[in-house]
Amino acid sequence: MLSWLPENISSYGAQIDQLFYVIYYVTGVTFFLVQGALIAFLLMYRHREGRRATYTHGNTALEIAWTIAPAVLLVILGVVSRSVWADIKQHVPPSDVVAQITAKQFNWEIAYPGPDGKIGTEDDFTMDNELHVPVDKTVRLILKSRDVIHSFFIPQARFKQDLVPGHEIPAWFKILKPGTYEIPCAELCGFGHSGMKGTLFVHTQAEYEAWARENKAAPVGAAPANAS
Amino acid sequence: MSEAIHHAEARHADAHHEVGFIRHYIFSTDHKMIGKQFLAQGLTMFLVGGLLALLVRWELAWPEQPVPGFGWVPEPTMFGGIIPPETYNGFFTMHATIMIFFAVMPILVGAFGNFLIPLMIGARDMAFPLLNMLSFWVSFTAGLLMLSSFFVEGGPAAGGWTSYAPLSSVPVYTGVYMGQNLWCISLMVLGVSSLMGSINYITTVINMRAPGMSWFRLPLVIWSLFITAILLLLSLPVLTSALAMLLFDRMAGTQFFLPSGGGEPLLWQHLFWFFGHPEVYILILPAMGIASDILSVFSRKPIFGYRAMAFSMIGIAFLSWVVWGHHMFQSGMSPALGNAFMLSTMVIAVPSAIKTFNWLGTLWRGDIHFTTPMLNAIAFVSMFVIGGLSGIYMASTPVDIFIHDTYYIVAHIHYVVFGGSIFGAFAAIYYWFPKMYGRMMNETLGKIHFWLTFVFFNGTFFPMHIIGVGGHMRRIYNPTQYDFLKPIQHWNVFITICALCLGASQIIFLINFFWSLFAGKTASKNPWNANTLEWEAPTPPPHGNFPGPLPTVYRGPYEYSSPEVPEDFLPQARRLEGRRPAAAH
Repeated sequence: MLSWLPENISSYGAQIDQLFYVIYYVTGVTFFLVQGALIAFLLMYRHREGRRATYTHGNTALEIAWTIAPAVLLVILGVVSRSVWADIKQHVPPSDVVAQITAKQFNWEIAYPGPDGKIGTEDDFTMDNELHVPVDKTVRLILKSRDVIHSFFIPQARFKQDLVPGHEIPAWFKILKPGTYEIPCAELCGFGHSGMKGTLFVHTQAEYEAWARENKAAPVGAAPANAS
Repeated sequence: MSEAIHHAEARHADAHHEVGFIRHYIFSTDHKMIGKQFLAQGLTMFLVGGLLALLVRWELAWPEQPVPGFGWVPEPTMFGGIIPPETYNGFFTMHATIMIFFAVMPILVGAFGNFLIPLMIGARDMAFPLLNMLSFWVSFTAGLLMLSSFFVEGGPAAGGWTSYAPLSSVPVYTGVYMGQNLWCISLMVLGVSSLMGSINYITTVINMRAPGMSWFRLPLVIWSLFITAILLLLSLPVLTSALAMLLFDRMAGTQFFLPSGGGEPLLWQHLFWFFGHPEVYILILPAMGIASDILSVFSRKPIFGYRAMAFSMIGIAFLSWVVWGHHMFQSGMSPALGNAFMLSTMVIAVPSAIKTFNWLGTLWRGDIHFTTPMLNAIAFVSMFVIGGLSGIYMASTPVDIFIHDTYYIVAHIHYVVFGGSIFGAFAAIYYWFPKMYGRMMNETLGKIHFWLTFVFFNGTFFPMHIIGVGGHMRRIYNPTQYDFLKPIQHWNVFITICALCLGASQIIFLINFFWSLFAGKTASKNPWNANTLEWEAPTPPPHGNFPGPLPTVYRGPYEYSSPEVPEDFLPQARRLEGRRPAAAH
């Protein structure tokens, strides 16, 4: 099962995968113990001539044991999960780069700050479905939606967050490996949901600077003008 | 309590006159006939829902290829048998809606709730027979409304069974107009049916138990149906009010779920899942009760930890109200809330674990008879374990980031609702069929049906864990549009082939059901040598259930292999000579 996980490329992906492995081994052992006991009992106590079942209504000590054991295990799992969750979703670390994603049926509209370095000003540069980021840098995202709920999913980065109309949701990631990765929409958003995807371009620092020089200077509205 | 019994007796006395065909088979107030009507409704809709699932599976395995035999479907629903994305979204939305609300609920809660409660607590009928009849016909109407949405312009609802706003609340976002309105109206009507049913169940169990039938002598299946009825009574109104808001947004220009008008999209999710999570337990609790009874009967052994079983169901019912947020970890809800919901979700796994261990304890040192109902009950336990364990992954908020909205979730829900509820339903049908229809179902066909269903169920749903871990999103129309999913597309083909075989295996069940209905071996009064009160009634039970006085209960329902008697069962209503009957609690 573990080998089916896509390669991880983000800084916190390893923590998520570790938790996944822990749960995988804990549930895996439980699975084999329970199913093993089930099959063993079915074989050992199958009906034979002259067999009579043991007349018992239960055992209080056992009940207490198998109430406490899973409870302790699950609460520990919850506590460990909580700290990883807080690192990923509750605290956005100081960021090097920022981008704003506005989802709409059926595209990711991605805005980068212009020369003033701020999002939401006149000189922002926007493009559809292409998110360019530098490797090894903390990228802060502002997630919005224009129409329905979408979900920004980067499987390899272990990143997923819904984009909700009326909300501005902060998020972040740090990618450790250059390359191009798909960004599917993971929340049903209409007839074009399937195929709604963008591409994440993770550049080396030098490549990224070149890309930024080429594009960021562009004033708003330049892209359509160029197209015509 | 005694007064209620007096009333029932009085009703019994004047109920002996012959009734006509219509009063007997259609507008019947007899709980047994109403149970059978719910069973017929549930099984019919199970076929419709299953067919929709197969169409969805076809599209996922062979995207945009024409479905064989479906070339006749007019445009724009299909194009020469090719399913377009709009139709595909409608199909999976209706698959889930039909299976949850019109197949599993009518079979487990409607059919077996109605059939079993009066018989197993020793009553002549439900507390409110007329309300009971209405409950079925209102449910039937809701089913017709839901099916009618296939035939309106724009097709049926296509926003997923969860119908997240604003996708569902603004018609132009899906292109579905009347279909989504009918979806809302149908479920509101169904809510009325559920209210009538649940009030009836609760009143009946509280007031109409036979003499000696104290709370802790109730069979666990009755406990489970009683708790389910309470959950229904409290959760359905929340759905109904959410649906009313959705309908107003669509038709009356309100903006409950639209930020532009001051509304809040997440409000829908909170309301929906506040209903939706208890709903999941509404689907599984009766199956837990059914499996408990059947495991005990065919292990010829008392249920292990009866009180722990009853209390764990009560625990699940309470906790089911505080876990809804685990559906919303990635929704934009405050991540701090995620911690609280993760903890409550971890805690609700504990009563399920207790139940599993007690089922194992019941089998331990038993005398196990592998009848068809028993095989299905064992499969219920085994599959429910997988569904329970896979739930722990998504309970962990960080892991949920990755697997949320993937096929991992689809695998999980199907291990719980098919592996759990449907195997529970099959177990119940095979087990109580003789009491319902007076004939035995064929064991050989039953076992063939069981093994094929078991194998192809796992072939269909287990690989969904794998593609989910691979990142395969839910509800996508064409997986081959994504480069990262191309290496796992062969699993989609495998899953679909297994699903087609799983569907075909159900034909054996239908043949067995109808053949046994007319030509099965005549059933005796107590063919399984069981203890509970329904087996005291003649097979099939007449109007009023128990000829003569109501049975008196002397002991709990699971006295199998008791040292007090030479046989390996000791019915609840059998009075042992030389003993004073125990007083009613």
